[in-house]
Amino acid sequence: MIDQLLASVTDGMLVGVVYGLAAMGLTLIFGVMNVINLAHGPIMALGMFTVYLAYTSLGLNPFLGLLLAAGLGLILGVIIYWGAVHRVIDAPHLSSLLSTFSVNMIIIGIGTAIFSTSFRNVDYSLGIVTIGPITVPGTRFTSALLALGITGLLYLFLYRTRPGKYVRAVSDNRTSAGLMGIASNRVLALSFGLGTMLAALAGGLIAMALPFTILSGGSYELKSFVIVVLGGLGNPIGALLGGVILGLIEGLVPVFTKITWVPVIEFVLFVLILLVRPQGLFGAKQ
Amino acid sequence: MRILRNLSFWIAVGVVVLIIAYGATGGAIRRETWFTVLLFVGLASSLNILLGYTGYVSFGHIVFFGFGGYIGFWAIDTLGMNLWLAALLGGLVSALLALGLGLAILRLRGAYFALATIGILEAMKALVINIPALGGPNGMELNFSVYRGYGGAATALWMVYWSVAAIALIVVITSYIVKKSKFGLGLMAIREDEDAAEIMGVVAPRAKTWAYVISAFFPGILGVLFFFKQGIIEPGSAFRLQLSIEMLVMVMLGGSGTVLGPILGAGAYQILRGTLLTSDLELLGMKVKDIQLAVAGVLLLIIVLFIPVGAIGWLRTRSATLRRILE
Repeated sequence: MIDQLLASVTDGMLVGVVYGLAAMGLTLIFGVMNVINLAHGPIMALGMFTVYLAYTSLGLNPFLGLLLAAGLGLILGVIIYWGAVHRVIDAPHLSSLLSTFSVNMIIIGIGTAIFSTSFRNVDYSLGIVTIGPITVPGTRFTSALLALGITGLLYLFLYRTRPGKYVRAVSDNRTSAGLMGIASNRVLALSFGLGTMLAALAGGLIAMALPFTILSGGSYELKSFVIVVLGGLGNPIGALLGGVILGLIEGLVPVFTKITWVPVIEFVLFVLILLVRPQGLFGAKQ
Repeated sequence: MRILRNLSFWIAVGVVVLIIAYGATGGAIRRETWFTVLLFVGLASSLNILLGYTGYVSFGHIVFFGFGGYIGFWAIDTLGMNLWLAALLGGLVSALLALGLGLAILRLRGAYFALATIGILEAMKALVINIPALGGPNGMELNFSVYRGYGGAATALWMVYWSVAAIALIVVITSYIVKKSKFGLGLMAIREDEDAAEIMGVVAPRAKTWAYVISAFFPGILGVLFFFKQGIIEPGSAFRLQLSIEMLVMVMLGGSGTVLGPILGAGAYQILRGTLLTSDLELLGMKVKDIQLAVAGVLLLIIVLFIPVGAIGWLRTRSATLRRILE
């Protein structure tokens, strides 16, 4: 029993960190511009397919494929920002929800036509990592480490570089930031791009561990919603912790009851936290 | 009954009656197409009471369609309940669900409310999967003999068509009455500025909850009728987030906050989808019918970015006469 619990906890934490990375993309965008990116899931799916295609067609190592996914995610995000978000950024919430959802429809529509909805997987192994009584697949272990590393880089970017400072300034107060000479529109585009880059990266990491289709992004998008609410909307570090919590729920609940209860618990928790602590588990009281 | 003297009322009702009549006079295939349109007229107009009048974005509104449908279906299947009673039951349990939920989640505003509605939809779907009495992940199937009580399957299809048509009409009339009532004015005040509305004496929590209850009641009834016609219900088809968002798109397309908008939006969306699905056109080397979702996405994007008030909303800005006759 102890061994099983330990294995579930490890598994949950490893996958949770990757979930957290995806959610960080969503929460970054919300924090900076108050937009919930409903194209989040399809962009994760595109990250999955980038890694997959780079590996199967170009023979690129999946970890190098991740770099490609990151670059494409960033560019795609900037394009989406200028094409779909910029005009509605100050409009009521419904507008940006629907405009990002239309991007979702466009990606899924074209994606299903090109890739169909059959399952793919990246057949790449790094052997098995053994720590004491626990054994985990090497790719999963490396993925979690990478996700932590990327989080660290994001943190460094936001708090130790000038563009990162701009992002935080625009997020605090767009008008004042503009008055201080920051090109806030460009910063917004960059922030959106960073958000989608994180989504694509997380997608790429997931692709190495699990089989996926072009529609898989949808369920991870829902998980990201739960995580950002757990961690507090707009709080990137909270998202990482939220991801770990979600991973632990997914790892531990099946030990005690049927696995089909996992989503019930997740979403009930999600609604309860929205009601009781909308600032998230780790947010300061507003 | 001052409403009966308004031309705009008769135009809204007339459009629905025309749709019903057109769908009823062309055989089974045409009936099926327009059945779907009428179903969505009912759903979109219900959603509009919450979304358009009150300004609360419910992303998971289909939960009431699915939940009502499930309860009604269960009553028909296991209790042998009469369809009409079951439909009423479905509407009532959906309304009750909305009453309970509304008191809690309507405190949330903007994006938080939208997220909560998605969470509720997913939670409900996951919950139903875990309830063996409701068929679990496989759902339930009606015994074919049930239809015999309604004059056989063919007659039952017509019967369901007329019932959905009647409900669609009732929803549109309700929507009109609400819009013209003091209650509706309160809702629209909440939409414009909730705090100001409260200061002016609108009891916002109560008004919002009632709007939520009304907008949940009809989808519950429609759910029972729809799944009775399908003869099968399962969690995936009853609680589909995609469908929820399509309802929003229809409201936006026609013009949210107008009575006529959701009717035309539902019709236009379904016709568009049907046309794209059967089209032989090619775009950039891809068949349009394969990328119909993407084409619909592009159209939605254009509308959201450039005509956010929707078709009827836009027409209403054109002239005073149009403003009077298009409500």
